[in-house]
Amino acid sequence: MSSTHAAVRPDQAHHAKSAVNDFSIQVATVNGSGSQTANLVLLRSILMMGVPVSGKNMFPSNIAGLPTWYTIRASKRGYIARKKEVDFLVAMNAETAKEDVLTLQPGAAVVYDEPLKLDALRTDLVFYPVPFDKLVAPVCGDAKLRRLVRNMIYDGVLAKLLGIDMTLMEKALRKQLDKKAKAVTLNTAALKAGWDYAEAHLTKRDAFLLTPMNKTAGQILIEGNAAAAIGCMMAGVTVVAWYPITPSSSLCESLIGYMKKYRVDSATGKATFAVVQAEDEIASLGMVIGASWAGARSMTATSGPGISLMGEFAGLAYFMEAPAVIFDVQRVGPSTGLPTRTAQGDLLSAAFLSHGDTKHIMIIPSSVEECYEMAQQAFDLAEQFQTPVFVMMDLDLGMNNWMSGSFAYPDTPINRGKLLTPEVLARIGDWGRYKDVDGDGIPYRTIPGDMMPSYFARGSGHNAKAQYSERPDDYVDNMDRLARKFETARKFVPKPEVDTVAGAEIGLIGYGTSHWATTESRDQLREETDVKTSYFRLRAYPFTEHLTSFIDAHERVYVIEQNRDAQLLQLMKLELTPGRCAKLRSVLHYSGLPIDARSVTDGVLALEGFDVATKTARNVEPALSGMTGGE
Amino acid sequence: MAGKLNRIGLDAVTYKGSKTTLCAGCGHNAISERIIDAFFEMGVDPSRVVKLSGIGCSSKSPAYFLGGSHGFNAVHGRMPSIGTGALLANRTLTAIGISGDGDTGAIGIGQFIHLMRRNLPIIYIIEDNGCYGLTKGQFSPTADVGSKLKTGVVNDLPPIDTCALAIELGATFVARSFSGDKKQLLALLKAALAHRGTVMLDVISPCVTFNDHEGSTKSYAYVKEHDDPVEEVSFVPYFEDISVDYEPGSTQEVTLHDGSKLFLKKLETTYDATDRIGALTRLHETARRGAFATGIIYIEPDRDDFITQMNLVGEPLGTLPLERVRPPKAVLDEIMDSMR
Repeated sequence: MSSTHAAVRPDQAHHAKSAVNDFSIQVATVNGSGSQTANLVLLRSILMMGVPVSGKNMFPSNIAGLPTWYTIRASKRGYIARKKEVDFLVAMNAETAKEDVLTLQPGAAVVYDEPLKLDALRTDLVFYPVPFDKLVAPVCGDAKLRRLVRNMIYDGVLAKLLGIDMTLMEKALRKQLDKKAKAVTLNTAALKAGWDYAEAHLTKRDAFLLTPMNKTAGQILIEGNAAAAIGCMMAGVTVVAWYPITPSSSLCESLIGYMKKYRVDSATGKATFAVVQAEDEIASLGMVIGASWAGARSMTATSGPGISLMGEFAGLAYFMEAPAVIFDVQRVGPSTGLPTRTAQGDLLSAAFLSHGDTKHIMIIPSSVEECYEMAQQAFDLAEQFQTPVFVMMDLDLGMNNWMSGSFAYPDTPINRGKLLTPEVLARIGDWGRYKDVDGDGIPYRTIPGDMMPSYFARGSGHNAKAQYSERPDDYVDNMDRLARKFETARKFVPKPEVDTVAGAEIGLIGYGTSHWATTESRDQLREETDVKTSYFRLRAYPFTEHLTSFIDAHERVYVIEQNRDAQLLQLMKLELTPGRCAKLRSVLHYSGLPIDARSVTDGVLALEGFDVATKTARNVEPALSGMTGGE
Repeated sequence: MAGKLNRIGLDAVTYKGSKTTLCAGCGHNAISERIIDAFFEMGVDPSRVVKLSGIGCSSKSPAYFLGGSHGFNAVHGRMPSIGTGALLANRTLTAIGISGDGDTGAIGIGQFIHLMRRNLPIIYIIEDNGCYGLTKGQFSPTADVGSKLKTGVVNDLPPIDTCALAIELGATFVARSFSGDKKQLLALLKAALAHRGTVMLDVISPCVTFNDHEGSTKSYAYVKEHDDPVEEVSFVPYFEDISVDYEPGSTQEVTLHDGSKLFLKKLETTYDATDRIGALTRLHETARRGAFATGIIYIEPDRDDFITQMNLVGEPLGTLPLERVRPPKAVLDEIMDSMR
């Protein structure tokens, strides 16, 4: 969590002036202590004030007892990427308190548990000691519950110190606890105790304030996983198979919740869906493929380790041409490799998952709204192209709460792709399961029980009639048709979002959650150094025709990614001419924490030959890649 | 020259598949023939059947029967998951899966175990020859201790008894047969079609090329010598009005899901195929003697299958119309409101 980056100019430090609706709060607690409720109440009450806000949970792979941090960022300009610098710390965890305080910048404020005596550590911070144990005792008679209620006290303290209306906070609390009346009463009392203590004992000495705005009217707060789940339900998913893995589990769990509520026939109590918690990710994808082969819209959700296990089946689905929707909520490495930290590290493995020349469609949402929309597009694309479609989310998007506009109800029917019907059969005459009738590489399929001709589904060894064949010409014909199908997909996958700025020499390419840091970084670059940038937000693989024209229109193109090996850039290099490749540079962030704008800005400036600390251009040869990696 | 027609008006030829490419004399071909007979005699509509398999010699065989049915040659050891997905998508299908002893006992043991636990309505056949045929004769996990390869290598690891495992894991129809026993195998296959739940049928099916020699415990000669039926199996389908007269106490009668009946005639020793513990005991006893207990080892005809437990609508999920699978706008509005 250290924040010693050379990027921040001393004159930019916020402590000198008041920071209204523009700062970050970090709450350091122990996991399993119920802090999530307090943090979400704080987040929601800021949203209710009309102030744009975002929350990031940095939690351990553990159920109880290890350090966890939650950062909340209020931003009047609407920035919702992670802000690296912590302005206001709530130190509840004795284990990390010292380091948390030592890494703050001068002028930051600290609300802390009084016995920790943190005020002795530094003289350039504003300290607010709060005797949490003393305050919680009278509020909560049950000693066992105190540990959970105690955290709500800091919400009350912060409400007073930051200027949050207590009625809003109580409303947010009721929302969070739903209809659990006893819990609401208890926690409201804790909120009040915090407020009262702050009013009686703490004098405001820091610069951070919240004042009402009108920038969040109608906004919802939702996790990307829940948003994707709603999208799946609206897409008419019927078979779901999954294996629990952080950070994707809550996608399927949300989906189960929604489906049980909204997809059960009210008259008969019968379900229009089936969900199986499979024995592993291999079986999950097997069930998805079996289901889609037999006509269902089917899906699974997983993360990197699951993607690896799905490799063989992904290839089979590619060659036998079975639709499959696979959500990859990306995290960092294998085994116990930081399963609760975010990354964009599976792009290359998903793009080519399996063996023997396979290429897969990937679509990449940046927002919760896109999780919802792309979930629906994924099913359409999977059935249209009869192939696996990977929805590349990440932990930051999937498991954090994001504010968003309401989702739009789908206004089009679903696209089930080329299903053979008696009418089509009459038109095309001679049907073959893998015959390219329309020249787009996409054949017509039949499903068991549809009374149309049957076929034998198998791997790559088949001819256009789906008969077993090891003939070289049959194999080549099929491979070329599959390549043609992938080319067709370029025209149908989500197009990029492009903002071309006149006179900009620099183009930025971002994708997924890197988007939020990138858009904020563009403002920083323009305002701090007068560097103009165009922006291309990639939303899918295969790339669309827009990519080359964007690269052609700029002198230097920075690809911003949350992985070490520049995976998207590598993917681009496979298709681009050497001249275009020569324009590409990388800005990479791979610490396991969500990327922030300052890291992007510093990365770009360093490669542009700027002295990052002073934001002045030096006449030096720019470096070839910028790795901001850890922090 | 249409032959005899079955009860849905189809002739036996309709149930055939393409010409086998397996070795002449392979036990698997005999099993394919019995499958053709059983599906024909039971009058199963081939357009509603899905044939599934994993990888190996056994798994090639679905191409050799029911040519008009959809087939799916999955990846090695993973056919159960394909079958699970297919039956969830369309509960009205009849599924038959063909696996081998390597496909099931080694690479596929995980999926096999969970298939048995779920009691998915599928006929799961292991064409069991104790070796990997397609990769030229390595031992598989069902090879008996002391069984010898052609190369002289002796197996010294204990075998997996797929029947005992299936009973332990909750399969509701567990049987063993021998590819050379036409009568028993046909009766078992027909009964399998009348059962609703997982049918686990281990068929000892000698590999004529790699495991049919002296010293092998899966050779034709050895299996014929050591076939030890637990009962004599007779099957009477629900649509045939045959009255059977058995001496009281000599026969166990089991009514299957569709109303068909199994008559299990006692042999020298009494055997109760509905007794789980007794079934496991018998499997251990026969194995200790180096013999194969065959017939219906265990049956539990009335337990809910996986699809029933899922409480699904009656129609295939996969082809439900959009209005039944996309909730109305009011639902989205309600969810959005709950997030504010």
